[in-house]
Amino acid sequence: MHRGKGMKFVGDSRVPAKQAKFIPPKDYSEYPGKTEAFLPNFLLKEWMVGAVFLVGFLILTISDPSPLEKEADPTSSGYIPLPDWYFLFLYQLLKYPYASGEYKVIGTVLIPAIAALALLLAPWLDRGFERRPIKRPIATLIMLLTFVAMVYLTWESTVSHNWEQAEQQGKIVQTVDFDKSDPGYKIFSQNCAKCHGDNLEGSSLAPALVGKGLDPATVKTMATKGGGQMPSGIFKGSDKDLDALAKFVSDVSKK
Amino acid sequence: MLQRIYDWVDERLDITPLWRDVADHEVPEHVNPAYHFSAFVYCFGGLTFFTIVIQILSGMFLTMYYVPDINNAWDSVYYLQNQVAYGVIVRGMHHWGASVTIVMVFLHTLRVFFTGAYKKPRELNWIVGVLLFFVILGLGFTGYLLPWDMKALFATKVGLQIAASFPFIGDWIKLLLQGSDIVGAQTLARFFAIHVFFLPAALMGLLAAHFLMIRRQGISGPL
Repeated sequence: MHRGKGMKFVGDSRVPAKQAKFIPPKDYSEYPGKTEAFLPNFLLKEWMVGAVFLVGFLILTISDPSPLEKEADPTSSGYIPLPDWYFLFLYQLLKYPYASGEYKVIGTVLIPAIAALALLLAPWLDRGFERRPIKRPIATLIMLLTFVAMVYLTWESTVSHNWEQAEQQGKIVQTVDFDKSDPGYKIFSQNCAKCHGDNLEGSSLAPALVGKGLDPATVKTMATKGGGQMPSGIFKGSDKDLDALAKFVSDVSKK
Repeated sequence: MLQRIYDWVDERLDITPLWRDVADHEVPEHVNPAYHFSAFVYCFGGLTFFTIVIQILSGMFLTMYYVPDINNAWDSVYYLQNQVAYGVIVRGMHHWGASVTIVMVFLHTLRVFFTGAYKKPRELNWIVGVLLFFVILGLGFTGYLLPWDMKALFATKVGLQIAASFPFIGDWIKLLLQGSDIVGAQTLARFFAIHVFFLPAALMGLLAAHFLMIRRQGISGPL
């Protein structure tokens, strides 16, 4: 059908009528009766797809709250950084000897720039008239290889990353105010602080005690008999000291 | 009533042709999953746009609480995450939405590539699409710093070192993004501005061009 100035409409497609060099796309009218009005018929179906998608997406956001590590501390050293997952393949590239150190520029600029330019200029690199992937094997192969390489690099970077350490190094440390002149705190710093931290915040050796809501009896049992990762007989002192310690730890852990 | 309002506006502005251009067109069979289930691959572009809309809306709500300054940024995010009603969901939508957008853009790019839809006469739209991809990656990079937590700071440091390794102009790019000698207050302010004003403006301009061209040229024909 003809509409407008010299434009031939193919379905909804305004492809110029004369296409000497280019294989024209098949006319949609070859599939009579099966085109569908965009509004409202098709849009309503699209909204259904969108609604299903949205439900799945909301389930994801509710089941997995977005992560937040502790506040940035520029003075901290030894933090092993990790970019968001979609930059991991670039990050992994920099770990290989031919793309790091002296050759860093290969990994940081050269390879990404070539890939980006090739993607940008794809219509001029692949100038043939064929559109089926199988009929333009070079373009298809390069794209598939790039895809495989990206998946491989991303995978490699996750395997070599120490996830347990990563979780520890960014953990939000709860701090609570408590009275450091409490007699129980003196006993705590002598017996427990080495592993559980001066502020009961925990360390790589033992978990935090703040926010745990322990009752005094549990503290006593753990301090004397141990349990879990904790060996027995850590606490050394009198029963009176043990009572003071249990009361102090229990109070702070409930804050 | 609605018809009368429409007629009133149409009489003055002649909006019917505009409306026709936007909405009045046929959807060909080969892109319609109702006829060929495999045509669901043609949904990726629309779903990308959908996720971008989610990102824009959730981002707008996030700025109601977020404070782009190094003393308060993390605290404002922590407050939003733990105190504000449904804050965890809005932030979750923006956080996971970023990943989903990247996935959808990637799938859409692969679909266009493997169906050879970037060929003449659609080269320009392909260029705009690839630029959109880069803008979205830039949004991902700048957005990662904003919560100002440990991973944000140290990942951004690495990213800026990578930018600095660019031959000849690397140090300038780094300084332009970083704003000072260290990754600090200036950097956060700049990344916020880039993430919230500069890149979204580019995104919307490019999206407009992307859609204008697809309405002009139509969807590529069946293989």
